[in-house]
Amino acid sequence: MALRGNLRDFHTSQLLNLIHLARKTGTLTVESRNGTAQLCFKDGKLIHAVLDRQDGRLADVLIRAGKLRPEQLQALDLSRVQDDKVLGLKLIEAGYVTQQDILASLRAQMLDVVYRLFGWNEGAFRFEPHLQPVQNRIPVPVDLENVIMEGVRRLREVERLKEELPDLDIPVRLTSRPEAIRKVQLSPEEWRVISQVNGRNTIEQIMRRMNMDESQIRRIVYGLLQAGLIELGAPPPIASLPGLPDSRPGGSVSRSVVEKLINYFRRL
Amino acid sequence: MQAVKIVVTGPFASGKTQFIRTISEIEVVSTERRISTLAERAVKEQTTVAMDFGRITIDKDLVLYLFGTPGQRRFDFMWEILAEGMLGFVVMVDSTRPETFREARNILDTFRRYAQTPFVVAANKQDLADAWEPEDIRIALRLDGRVKVLPCVATHRDSVKHVVLELLYAILEEMSAAR
Repeated sequence: MALRGNLRDFHTSQLLNLIHLARKTGTLTVESRNGTAQLCFKDGKLIHAVLDRQDGRLADVLIRAGKLRPEQLQALDLSRVQDDKVLGLKLIEAGYVTQQDILASLRAQMLDVVYRLFGWNEGAFRFEPHLQPVQNRIPVPVDLENVIMEGVRRLREVERLKEELPDLDIPVRLTSRPEAIRKVQLSPEEWRVISQVNGRNTIEQIMRRMNMDESQIRRIVYGLLQAGLIELGAPPPIASLPGLPDSRPGGSVSRSVVEKLINYFRRL
Repeated sequence: MQAVKIVVTGPFASGKTQFIRTISEIEVVSTERRISTLAERAVKEQTTVAMDFGRITIDKDLVLYLFGTPGQRRFDFMWEILAEGMLGFVVMVDSTRPETFREARNILDTFRRYAQTPFVVAANKQDLADAWEPEDIRIALRLDGRVKVLPCVATHRDSVKHVVLELLYAILEEMSAAR
C-alpha cells in the first residue's frame, strides 16, 4: 500500500521518522509548488535523492560540486556512459576524482535535496514501497538520524513545533535502542537535554533546569523524538485530582466481570 | 445488575458512531447534528455533538455500555464526563486521513490524563485503498510497541468484535499485573 498525504499535515521530519523506524524500502515523491523531489530508501536509509528534472547522474553531480570539469568528461569520451559505477571507476583511474570525492559529492547532493524538503510547508507526497531508483546509479546509504536532527535544527516554524508538541508536561525517556544515540552528532545543548532524560523528568522540568525557553526545548525534543532517540512517556494523570474516581481496571470492576465479557465476545 | 463502560473516542469522522452501531444490540442513541462548516461537511453530513450510546447485555447481571465521544474539539468538555469510570477506551483513527493523526494523538494524550485505563487504537477503514498500515500509524501516533494498534473496518461486526476483545485482553493483563 502506498502512503499518501500532504506535508501540511505530516511534515518531512515525520515522514523520515516513519521510514527510519519502520526500516522502509521504497521511493518517496513529493510534489509541491516548490518543485518535485524524489527520495529513495533502502532498509530505512536514504540512498538517492533528486529534485525536479535532475536525474542524479554522477557526472552532473560531480560537475555541480566543482570536482569535475565538462571538458574532462569529453576528453575521456565518457559523456555517453550511462552506468555511474563504470563512469566513477574510469574517472578514478584517470585521476580526475577520488572515491572520496564521489561519495562526498553524492552525499552532499542528496542532503541538499532533503534539507530543501524540510523547508516545504505543503506538498502532496506518496511513498511507494519497494520502488527503487533508476539503475546504474551509485547508492550512498545515509543514516536518517543525523539528517532528521539537522533538518529540525533548520526549521523556522515555531508554530508548527507547537502543534506537534503542544504539551510540555509529559515525561520523556531514552529510546530502547541506546546504540542509536552514539551514532548521532548532537550539539552541546542537545546533549544537556539528553542528560536529563530519565523517564521521570517532564519536558517542562528539563526546560527549567536547562534555562531554556519553550521554543528551544520544543525544537530539541522534537528533533530527538523524530530521530528516534527519545520517546514520550505517559502523560501524568489528572485523575488523581479531587473529584475523579479511581477508574483503573480492578478498582471497582472484578476480574471475573472482565472474563465474563471476554467469553461473551468470543462466542459472539 | 452491574454496568460497565467502554469509551470510543477519536477525531471527527473517524468512525466512532459506526463502530458502536455495528455491535450495539439497541439502535444507537446518537446526538448527531447537521454540520455547519463547509470544510467538515465535505467529509460527512452529520456529527456527534454530545455522545453516542450503545448497549450490549452480557447476561442478566451484567450490561456493557459503549459511549462514543463527540468528534469535534469544541465539544471536548464532554470527554471528562464520559471518561469517568470507564473500563478502557478505543481510539478510532481514520487510516486514510493522515491529516487527522495529530488530532488523534492529542485526544489520546487527553484521555490518558483523565484515566490510566488500558486502551487500544483501531486503525479504521483498512478496506480502503489509501489506508495507512497499522504499524505506520503506530509510529505516526508515537506509540510504543506495547500499545495495540489494530486493523479495523467499523462496518464489519467481526472486526469490531476483535477490537473490543483485544481491549478486554489488555484490561485483564493490566489487572493481572496490578495484583
